[in-house]
Amino acid sequence: MRKIKEFMIENLIFICGMASIFFVVLIFLFLLKEGLALFNIESPLKFLFGKSWYPISEPPQLGIFPLILGSLLVTAGAAIISIPIGVGCAIYIAEIAPVKTKEVLKAGVELLAAIPSVVLGFIGMVTLVPFVKTVFHLPTGLTALSGSIMLAFMAMPTIVTIAEDALYSVPKTYKEGALALGATHWQTIWRVMLPAASSGILAAVMLGIGRVIGETMAVMMITGNAAVIPHSILVPVRTLTATIAAEMGEAVVGSEHYFALFAIGIVLFIISFAINVTADLFLHKRQ
Amino acid sequence: MAKIKTDKLNLWYGPFHALKDVDSSFGANRITAIIGPSGCGKSTLLRVFNRMNDLIEGVRTAGKVLVDGEDIFGPGADLVKLRKKVGMVFQRPNPFPLSVYENIVFGERIHADSIKRDTLDEIVERSLKSVLLWDELKDRLNEPALRLTLEQKQRLCIARLIAVKPEVLLMDEPCSTLDPQATARIEELMRELKNNYTIIIVTHNMQQAARVSDDTGFMLLGELIEFGRTEDIFTAPKDRRTEDYITGRYG
Repeated sequence: MRKIKEFMIENLIFICGMASIFFVVLIFLFLLKEGLALFNIESPLKFLFGKSWYPISEPPQLGIFPLILGSLLVTAGAAIISIPIGVGCAIYIAEIAPVKTKEVLKAGVELLAAIPSVVLGFIGMVTLVPFVKTVFHLPTGLTALSGSIMLAFMAMPTIVTIAEDALYSVPKTYKEGALALGATHWQTIWRVMLPAASSGILAAVMLGIGRVIGETMAVMMITGNAAVIPHSILVPVRTLTATIAAEMGEAVVGSEHYFALFAIGIVLFIISFAINVTADLFLHKRQ
Repeated sequence: MAKIKTDKLNLWYGPFHALKDVDSSFGANRITAIIGPSGCGKSTLLRVFNRMNDLIEGVRTAGKVLVDGEDIFGPGADLVKLRKKVGMVFQRPNPFPLSVYENIVFGERIHADSIKRDTLDEIVERSLKSVLLWDELKDRLNEPALRLTLEQKQRLCIARLIAVKPEVLLMDEPCSTLDPQATARIEELMRELKNNYTIIIVTHNMQQAARVSDDTGFMLLGELIEFGRTEDIFTAPKDRRTEDYITGRYG
């Protein structure tokens, strides 16, 4: 009796474990099937590097180069803003803040992670967008910069939590050793703690960027969604994610437009996957 | 002449009274061993001398500690200067996760106003030679220090310390993770270093204290019970408790 019970539970758990992989594979296959169909009609090179995205003109022009640039620009902007602030915040929490401040800050960071992206987007739309518009005297505040700032808020919790973890796991003996040699607190952080935690911090940054690149709602609301090649950070852009979200509803199933949106999905999948794998490599290097 | 003196030194970790009225005097260019059972406060005493206890929350000290006649808890005390002068070797070798070379020049990089490559090279060679590691490591200077053997790591830590030109070396059970041969070699090194440095070593290995030290202090429950020349302490202890400890009746 006991053996049968054991057998059943073991198999049940096995099925649960397999199910997650199974579904991921199914999703991936579906994505591939729908996305790759596009390349019967359009060459991959023209798709990736075509300069115009007019999916409903006749014939449709399906070049996603402006979208890729839009995504990269917004992401790079968000990275430039969030990495120094996020890592700085992690250093402060892990090393400098008194216990009480630390608790408050950690709760704050977690709270930031809990804000739904549509709410952040909404707040950005009514505060940040007019602000950017007046500060830079622009015709519209719906720009890549606004998107970057908002996304930086979204990447920050990931970066802070993981970087802080990395700093905590630096052996205490390193810190003692540096201080005992007469290093100041900052010299200890800069010359010993940060190098020792570097792979964990890099992983934190990669995961933060991964979050940014896949983010959809907020960017759709505040970047202006103009599918043109951006020449500065102060113009409207459209990202890969926003394109799918905005157009999937109106694309005719089985049309070139429909397949192209799935192909964009593949591109996004590859980018996220590459970022996650890199982050993973850094994390493993740490151990 | 006394390099370090304590006068009515008391220390509390929160409510716990860890050092009680410790009066002691550590001679220059001598090796002084502090012995005693676990928890007697010997490491705490050692960590007073370079103020490493400051890192622990809730520590309170009273009394005086004089290094070269200057009170290290006095109002004008400079922590960086103190730690340059009074260096520490830890129980577990703790080289930084950097190359052998960068470990040794760490002190120069944080203390010097300008960095010259020649000076750095010179420091590396001199420091490694003084801990007898130069021949072993001169072709491996760019290897990560974490890849060395335990003994090499501990020697490297001593070299790293010597590179900042301290006057006092505090050693907190420096051989407790090493095998007997490595221990013997580190002890040999200590005897050599004694000509240029004042060494204070904490150990609960009594044989080690007897082998390497000139003076010995015996601590129990936060008090310095007896302090004197090593041969006197080990052959004719004055206090009953010292005698019981060194004859192995407890500890």
